[in-house]
Amino acid sequence: MPTLNLQVNGRPHRVDAESDTPLLHVLRNQIGLTGAKLGCGLEQCGACAVLVDGESRLSCVAAASDFEGKDIVTVEGLAQDGALNKVQRAFIAETAAQCGYCTPGMVIAVTGLFQRGPSPSDADVQEALAGHLCRCGSHARILAAIDRLRREG
Amino acid sequence: MAENPSLTKNPGLDSWIAITADGTVRVRMGKVDIGQKISSAVSRLAAEELDVAPARIVMIRPDTIDGPDEGMTSGSNSMEESGNAVRLASATARAALLAKAASVLRVDIDELDIDDGTITARSTNASTTYWDLQGDQPFGIPIDHAARIKPAEERTLVGKATTPLDLEDIVTGRHVFVNDMTMDGMVHARPVRPPHANARLESLDEAVLAKLADDGFTVVRDGSFLAIASADEFAVIKAARVLFNAASWTREPGLDNRDIFEQLTTNERMSMPVIDGVPVLDTPVPPPLEVPAGAKASHAARYERAYIMHGSIGPSAGLAVSRDDGLEIWTHSQGIYLLRTSLAELLELPPETLRIHHRPGSGCYGHNGADDAAVDAAFVARAMPGVPVLLKWTREDEHAWEPYSPAMVMELSGAIDADGAITAWSHESHSDTHVLRPRPGVAGLGPSRLMPARYLENPPAVIPPPPNMTHHGGIHRNLEPLYRIPEPRLVKHLVRNLPHRTSALRTLGAYANVYALESFLDELAAAAGEDAVELRLRHMDDPRARACIEAVASRIGPLDGAPDGYGRGLGFAQYKNAKAYAAVAVELTVDETDRVRLKRAVIAGDAGQIVDPNGFTAQLEGGFIQAASWTILEAVTHDPDGITSRDWESYPIIGFDNISEIETILLDQPDAPFLGAGEAVCGPTGAAIANAVARATGVRPRRLPLTPENLRAAALSA
Repeated sequence: MPTLNLQVNGRPHRVDAESDTPLLHVLRNQIGLTGAKLGCGLEQCGACAVLVDGESRLSCVAAASDFEGKDIVTVEGLAQDGALNKVQRAFIAETAAQCGYCTPGMVIAVTGLFQRGPSPSDADVQEALAGHLCRCGSHARILAAIDRLRREG
Repeated sequence: MAENPSLTKNPGLDSWIAITADGTVRVRMGKVDIGQKISSAVSRLAAEELDVAPARIVMIRPDTIDGPDEGMTSGSNSMEESGNAVRLASATARAALLAKAASVLRVDIDELDIDDGTITARSTNASTTYWDLQGDQPFGIPIDHAARIKPAEERTLVGKATTPLDLEDIVTGRHVFVNDMTMDGMVHARPVRPPHANARLESLDEAVLAKLADDGFTVVRDGSFLAIASADEFAVIKAARVLFNAASWTREPGLDNRDIFEQLTTNERMSMPVIDGVPVLDTPVPPPLEVPAGAKASHAARYERAYIMHGSIGPSAGLAVSRDDGLEIWTHSQGIYLLRTSLAELLELPPETLRIHHRPGSGCYGHNGADDAAVDAAFVARAMPGVPVLLKWTREDEHAWEPYSPAMVMELSGAIDADGAITAWSHESHSDTHVLRPRPGVAGLGPSRLMPARYLENPPAVIPPPPNMTHHGGIHRNLEPLYRIPEPRLVKHLVRNLPHRTSALRTLGAYANVYALESFLDELAAAAGEDAVELRLRHMDDPRARACIEAVASRIGPLDGAPDGYGRGLGFAQYKNAKAYAAVAVELTVDETDRVRLKRAVIAGDAGQIVDPNGFTAQLEGGFIQAASWTILEAVTHDPDGITSRDWESYPIIGFDNISEIETILLDQPDAPFLGAGEAVCGPTGAAIANAVARATGVRPRRLPLTPENLRAAALSA
C-alpha cells in the first residue's frame, strides 16, 4: 500500500492508503479528523469540503494522493489557539446551523470565500455555496452570517 | 391541562433531575435532539425554575438504560411533553430544596432567596447550597403536578433569545454524529440492498464470496439481507459494489409503474368520514356534495402531491456491538424505546438485554432510515460477536430505501352564497399510511416495520397498517378546516397496494391538506369575486389565527398588487387545529424557463409561550425553506426496475440560489401553554407559493411539485 505525506492543519501526516482512497476517508479514518462529513460520496452535497491551499475543495471523491504537497485545512484546523475564526464566530452569532451535518462544509466554503477578499459580491457568494446542500433550511442564516462578515470587512 | 404522557410514564423526580455534589444539575429527558434544539430549550426551562445559571445544566443524552421513556420525538409534542415535564420537575426540586434549606437554616421558607443554587436566609444571612443539600443524592419523591411555575413577570431566562448549546461544537467539527463514532477494533459495514423493494436474492457467486473472504471481508447473509464489513471503510464501499454484482436477484414483480395519482383514486382502500378531526369506522361515507340552493358560486378542484423524501444530508448510520450479555446500539432513531421493543421481539431477546443510546444524526424530520440502519448494524454485529460495527448507508441507500412521505390526492368542492358565506365544503384525501414507525403492537407488528427484517430468511409477516384513528392523525391531519364552515364533508381514504414503503415526514398529511385547502379557498374566492384575505378572515373566529393572517397580509401588501411579473400568495393553518398557528405570505416570479423564483416571504407564528425567540424563528425559517423545496422541486420517481431518484441530481432540493428574504413575526403569548413549533409553517408555505404562482401566471397549479414540467402541463390544461 503506497505511503502518502499529507500536510493537514499545519502538521505532517504519513499514512498508508490505496491510490484511489479519497482524501475524506484518509482524513476521517486514518488521521482521525471527522469534522469533514461523508454526505454523498458523489461531490453533490458539499459536506466534505476542506481548504486546499486556501481554497474550498471537495474531498469525497478525489484521491488523497492528489493532495500531497498541498496545505490541507479541515474545520478542526480553523480555530487558532482555541480562538474561533471569524466565519465560525459569525455562524454562531447568526445561529446558522440546526442539525449541523452540512455546517463544516459551509464554514469551509465561506472561509475560502473570505480568504479571497473581505467584500465578496453576491455572485461570488452564490458561486461559493452552489455545491452546498442544507436540509434543515439554515440557508437564510448562513447568508446572514456572510452579510455580517461583509459588514465587519 | 391535558394529561402529559411523559409524566404519567415517568412520575418520579429522579427520572428527570439529579443534583451533583460538584455543582451541576443533570437533566434527563426522553425526547431527542434532531436539529430542532429541543435540549437547548428544555435546559433553559430547568435553569429558570431552579434559579441556577444556565451553564450548570447538563443535558444527558437519552438512552434506554436510565430513562425517562418518552416514546417518540414527533408531532411537535416535545415542548408540551418534555418541556412541561422538566419544568414541573425543576419546580418540584426547587420546592424540595427550599424545604430542606429551611430546616437546615432553621428559618421559614418565605425568608429564603435563591441565587444560582445558593440558598440564603434573609434574616440571618446564613446560607447553604443545592450541592450541599442534595449532592449526588436521589430525591425519592414524585413530581408535584401542582408545583408553582414562575409566572411570566418573574422569568429572567425563558423568553429571551439564546445560542444553542451545541453550536460551537458544530462549527468546530467537534460535534460527533453516529457516523463519526469510533471504537477500538471497530469495523465498517455497508448493507447491500436488492435492486428494488420487491426483489429477492436468488444466489451469490461463490467464487466472488471466497475472494472477499480471502481479502478479509465478512459477508453477512440471511435470506435476502446482505451486508459486508471490514476494518477499512473505503475498501468496504468498493467491496459492497462487488458483492452486489455477484448477486442474482429475482426482480418480479417490479414496482407498479402506473400513474400514481390514478392508483391513489382507484386502488383498494378503506374510506371513512372524518368528524371533528377524528375518522369514524363502519360509517358510510356521506354522498357527494350538492350545491346548496342560493349559491352565488360553486367550485370543485383536485390537487396532487408526489411522493417526497426526508433527504437527510448525512446518510443513516448505526453502531452496534453484540456481547454475551446482549446488544448495545448507538443510533439517531427518534424512538429508542420503541426500537428496542421491536428489535427485541424480532430477535427473541429480553428487551433489557438491548441497551440503546441516542446519538446525534443528520436532521431527519421524521422517520427516515435511522431505525433501519441501527437494525442493519445489529444484524452484522450478531454475526461478529464482540466486534463494534459501524454501519452506514450510502447516499443511494438513503434515497432509495428510506420510508417516503406518501403521494396524496385531495379532492375539494364548495359553494359560497350571495353574502360571501361558505355554505358547503367537501374535502377528500387519498393516500397511503403516514405512520409506519416500528411501534410495537400485535405480535410481529413492530418487527415487520424494521425494513431489514423484511428481507430475512424468515421475515415477520407484513401487516397492512390500520388506519390512524387519532385526532388529526395521518392522512386526515388538517383535513378539517379551522374556518367556520357548516358541516364540512370530510373523507379519508387509506389506499392499499401502492408501490412504496411510507412513513412519517414532518407534518404527515397536513402539508398536502393545507396546500389543497388554502389553494381551494383562493379558487373559491376568485369564483365568487371575493378577496382571498377577506374571505378567510370572515370565516375565522379564533383571534390568534386572525392575528397571524392579518400580520402577513399587511406586511406583504395587497395580494393583487404585486409588481408586474410577480405574484403574491398567502396560506394559513393551525397545525392539527391544536398546535402552533402559522401564516405565510410570499412574493415570487416564474421565470422564462418556468422556474419558480422566490422573492420575499413573511411568516407569522404563534406557538403560545415562547421559550427562545431565536429557536422559534429558526424553526419557522427552516420549515419554510424545507417546505418551499418540497413545493417547488421534489418528487420521488421510479420505474418497474426500482427507484430512479437515487441521488441529489435526480432528486434536487432547494439551494442558495432560491432563498428569498424572510421576515418572521413572532406573536408571543407569555401566559399561554407551549404549542410546539417544528411543523406549523410547512402547510401554509406550500399554499402561499401555489397561490402566488396562480397570481403570477394566471394558471392554477394543482399538482406538486411546481416544476417547469408540471406548470407547463397546468397551462396546457387550463
